[in-house]
Amino acid sequence: MANDFPKTADIVIIGGGINGVATAYYLAKSGRKNVILLEKNTVCSGSTGRCGAGIRAQWGLELNCRMALACLDTFEHLDEELGLPTGLNQSGYIMVAYQEKEWSQFQKNVEVQHRLGIMSEVFTDFKRARELCPGFACEDAIGFTFYQRDGHADPFLTTFAFQEAAKRYGAKFYKFTEVTGLTVEHGHIKGVKTNRGDISCDCVVNCAGSWAQDVAAMAGIKLPNWAERHQIFITEPVEPGVCPPMLMSFSGNYYVQQRPHGSIIAGESPSGPRKIGYTSNVDPLASIARVVLKLLPRTKNIRVVRQWAGRYDMTPDSAPILGETDVKGFWHATGFSGHGFMLGPVSGQVMAALLNGTKPIIDPTIMDYHRFERGEKIVEPMVV
Amino acid sequence: MAKAHVICRCEEVEIDTIREWIARGYDTFDELKRELRVGMGPCQGRGCRDIILRELSKATGKPISEIGPGTMRPPVKPIKIGLLAADYREEK
Repeated sequence: MANDFPKTADIVIIGGGINGVATAYYLAKSGRKNVILLEKNTVCSGSTGRCGAGIRAQWGLELNCRMALACLDTFEHLDEELGLPTGLNQSGYIMVAYQEKEWSQFQKNVEVQHRLGIMSEVFTDFKRARELCPGFACEDAIGFTFYQRDGHADPFLTTFAFQEAAKRYGAKFYKFTEVTGLTVEHGHIKGVKTNRGDISCDCVVNCAGSWAQDVAAMAGIKLPNWAERHQIFITEPVEPGVCPPMLMSFSGNYYVQQRPHGSIIAGESPSGPRKIGYTSNVDPLASIARVVLKLLPRTKNIRVVRQWAGRYDMTPDSAPILGETDVKGFWHATGFSGHGFMLGPVSGQVMAALLNGTKPIIDPTIMDYHRFERGEKIVEPMVV
Repeated sequence: MAKAHVICRCEEVEIDTIREWIARGYDTFDELKRELRVGMGPCQGRGCRDIILRELSKATGKPISEIGPGTMRPPVKPIKIGLLAADYREEK
């Protein structure tokens, strides 16, 4: 194995989550040669594979609405394009407001959404909520928004589908390959050091998710990112229709969805110290179960089979960092703050366009990492 | 009808499918689990894990002792949501 490890590459992508793998795919598809991806564990072993799998266009900021809409457009044709299933299930998201301030924000968001063609439904009638999600105990909610094109896909299947399609276009993937250093000369990236050997290369993309800050530091670039642990569980598969749409609330601190396969996935945001490890503990299990039971009382006898923890790769404004850094040839697609899976297929297209010098489908200028030093923030109301 | 050799009974995954994905380079238990859901069902891999590790050993030429068994996650046995919820305590 060691002797077939490459000594040079045109583009090295660091990190085998959805963002890295999608970037590799779109680059290889555009005709770029010698695109290689390095993953220190196995593809989809980090944040992507541990996420809640949701995809939504219900955002408050025009930029995010546009990105998310482009993602839905992409996801809707992805199985066909990649030649493998992604497990897309457009069963819609019900966003639930429990506070007046939150509810008035939702109404503002919907104005933005409608202007951009995201025809989300706004209602306060519990009966409508229960039409969409039978048995939904929501009498304490003030209002709801619903968008049918939202939903969820399988993060593993999606990422592996991108990987297999990227391989067909010639991209190479190296697992158990950890980046240990970056070589910078006169302000230009020149190479990548790994546990399997050095690669000389003048274009590197940092898609390392919750390790992105460490990778950036190897080239002397300081990112304000941090990793935040979130926990989640999944039940045994049960008949469909127990939780048809994704239920999500910021003030209620929950999301619950049922995969087409029948399993129910539910999670909450951490309270208390936001530890960065991957270990899970028993408290969130009880806490998430309590919330699910309250929302959907008939889940009482459904069994939880597995629990796990994943990391949000957070930035100070919970918006991603996309673009080149002060080190020429060293690019970033990081800081997705819990939305990397849903935005990955679009960020992959944007990164490929930036690296090819063509016009990206979304202008990422505002997502430059220097915004934090300038004291600017991308203020999005619809994030955890 | 051809005989189907189901290895993971929870998720109904056949040995041929497992071999196909190993041949594509998915040669760790966790990668197979993520693609095929082997070990994700109610038994959590109690039925299929050893058989799959043996397949991985055959394909890679490594002894089973050198092949990672994949991540085992809590809870050890499936627990009802109602029971777990009853265990909730307010944080101090």
